[in-house]
Amino acid sequence: MGWNRKVLRVNLTAGTCKDEPLNMEWANDYLGSRGLATKYLVEEIDPKVDPLSPDNKMIMSTGPLTGTMASTGGRYTVVTKGPLTGAIACSNSGGFFGAEMKFAGWDMIIFEGRSPKPVYLFVENDKAELRDASHLWGKTCWETEETIKHDHHDPQIRISSIGRAGENQVLFACVVNDLHRAAGRSGVGAVMGSKNLKAVALRGTKGVSGINDFAEFMKVTTEKKKVLADNAVTGQGLPTYGTQVLMNVINEMGALPTRNHRDVAFEDASKISAEAMHEKRETDGKAQLITNAACFGCTIACGRISAIDKTHFTVVNSPKYWGASGGLEYEAAWALGAANGVGDIEALQYANLLCNEDGMDPISFGATVGAVMELYEMRVLTKEQIGVEAPFGSAAALARFTEMTARGEGFGKEIGLGSKRLCEKYGHPELSMSVKGQEFPAYDARGIQGMGLTYATSNRGACHLRSYTVASEVLGIPVKTDPLVTEGKPELVKAFQDATAVFDAAGICVFTSFAWTLADVQPQIDAACEGDWSMEKLNEVGERIWTMERQFNLAAGFTRKDDDLPARLKTEAAKVGPAKGLVSGIDKMIPEYYEVRGWTPEGVPTEETLARLGL
Amino acid sequence: MWKSLHIDPVKCTGCLQCEMACSYEHTGVINPAKSRIKIFDFEHEGRKVPYTCTQCTEAWCLNACPVDAIRVDLATGAKIVLDDVCVGCKVCTIACPFGTINYNQETGKVQKCDLCGDNPACATACPTGAITYVDADWTGLDRMRQWAAKANTAVAAE
Repeated sequence: MGWNRKVLRVNLTAGTCKDEPLNMEWANDYLGSRGLATKYLVEEIDPKVDPLSPDNKMIMSTGPLTGTMASTGGRYTVVTKGPLTGAIACSNSGGFFGAEMKFAGWDMIIFEGRSPKPVYLFVENDKAELRDASHLWGKTCWETEETIKHDHHDPQIRISSIGRAGENQVLFACVVNDLHRAAGRSGVGAVMGSKNLKAVALRGTKGVSGINDFAEFMKVTTEKKKVLADNAVTGQGLPTYGTQVLMNVINEMGALPTRNHRDVAFEDASKISAEAMHEKRETDGKAQLITNAACFGCTIACGRISAIDKTHFTVVNSPKYWGASGGLEYEAAWALGAANGVGDIEALQYANLLCNEDGMDPISFGATVGAVMELYEMRVLTKEQIGVEAPFGSAAALARFTEMTARGEGFGKEIGLGSKRLCEKYGHPELSMSVKGQEFPAYDARGIQGMGLTYATSNRGACHLRSYTVASEVLGIPVKTDPLVTEGKPELVKAFQDATAVFDAAGICVFTSFAWTLADVQPQIDAACEGDWSMEKLNEVGERIWTMERQFNLAAGFTRKDDDLPARLKTEAAKVGPAKGLVSGIDKMIPEYYEVRGWTPEGVPTEETLARLGL
Repeated sequence: MWKSLHIDPVKCTGCLQCEMACSYEHTGVINPAKSRIKIFDFEHEGRKVPYTCTQCTEAWCLNACPVDAIRVDLATGAKIVLDDVCVGCKVCTIACPFGTINYNQETGKVQKCDLCGDNPACATACPTGAITYVDADWTGLDRMRQWAAKANTAVAAE
């Protein structure tokens, strides 16, 4: 089994909730979560649909390992057509929401249409109903969770919701669950907002009983947890320092994009690093970091729980932000910090809190602020237009922009469109550090060449989580490759892309891949699911998922020219560090990558490739 | 020699592996809602606390039961519920000062930690050592040792 074999279909226009059997033929070909939900989406929507129209659909899906004792088996995915990119959007989140969906007896929830008024979905095991959310509209994600739990007299309900950013259709709005976990990228929260769907609240008490071979599953998941515990990254580095363990490492490599990618190293990196989070502050003698925390079933526990400095200018008059909360993670610390030259770690945590509270992707938000600051320094944007003085490095501007964007005030509305639209509007499209309209995460494509190819070819726009070749190029996992060369990267990226698709489809966290290869995941899937789940089959499933996503994007109108990086990364060389003098070799890698994939020189999968994958 | 579950909340990450292990051990289903150990998340303080029955010597639940459905497992010292005797009256749930014996709607009986017959699944599953199973006379010794270490430091500093 592995699956509950049950799908909840919610028609928001009609206000109906119906259950239907899971298509097991598709489950056999696409496994679950990212793969299976995308299969449903591509079968059910027109690829050219306006992402924010009622004709788009949004799917929340678990995988066969979600809600099980497999380490990190708590993930769920939100799949839709993304408004930031116009491409397939597929955002994955931890926390506890995904497992609760499984415990309530469902594999996925499909949302169609648009509700005439704000609603939330309440699911209690088999019972599902839409409820009025007019009292929740205008509330933050945190207030929404608190209110729903209070209204239902049940603190154990698990909730995914949108904040004001999603309501206002900020194009990089996320869907936030369990206070500070998020389906973060590509604007899935804006789609939810466009549907007038404020929240999904779940209570599941049925549990997961459908493991195919329980005895084998318990044995193999126990063994694989030991592999995570014994590994230096997943057993020590991530629990102790979180993903922020990377800040100083990547900075020293000259691969930390700084000031909208003008620079590749940040002079204040150490001030916003994991080590800085552990240091006691002069003001109150306390470290920002309180403890680490795990998502459901996770034996790594990279999550950070921190408390901001109460005396910091951002919160000195706002006691509601003084308590413990999520952050900082590496991507947020980079995007809010290095990307716009801000070295004030408390200001970063404040911006991070607001991103969690109102549901915004800190990567796209922070990177867009970087573009705004560059436009401000070029005098294209003025204080009168944007409301504040915004040179690179201004913590005050960062804080104010976060408030404005989260709440839909003033110039915040323009930031909420993302860097591509904003830079085009002000006549400098070249300053948007994005691919397919989605902003880069925290690795410079000049200093880590494989990541350039990763970004250019990612099906959801620039993203590190589609093929995290940093593992190989920086950390030597599973084998060390040279980050400064393009040779071998097309093969490396393809292998990572296909394997990652399987990790995502299974319902586990991609961070396990610091210690696990697909060969470690395979026996866990095989024990959980009926049928034969060999390595050969899983490799094919991964490639099939990737190619299906590609097919959707091509049908949506994307072409070869969209598999590219901004000119800055191809013409302005890295100024310092090991990559000094280097630009991205993306133009060389793309044709090779297409060939490795079995695609035409125009980036279209050949008939032979499609036939081989059964597409 | 009896052993006790020993809980160190500082080490708890809130992953719920213990809740899954407990429910699987007792019901054959991975279902935290039916776990006899619970993790409480005090999110505004950043604290997570595992909580379960401490197996009182003079157990309130055992004394309150009108049908003698709660007995002492002489091998482990656990207070165990005899399902075929329990009538589901819930008086024990009122008597227990800690709330660690609970009614289960599906079975119509109460359930509580039984130490899994001397091999608690929660302790085995805990990845961080927040839940351990130790000699019952040794609970608290690790904390004594921590404080002892501080005392020693203070003396050394003088």
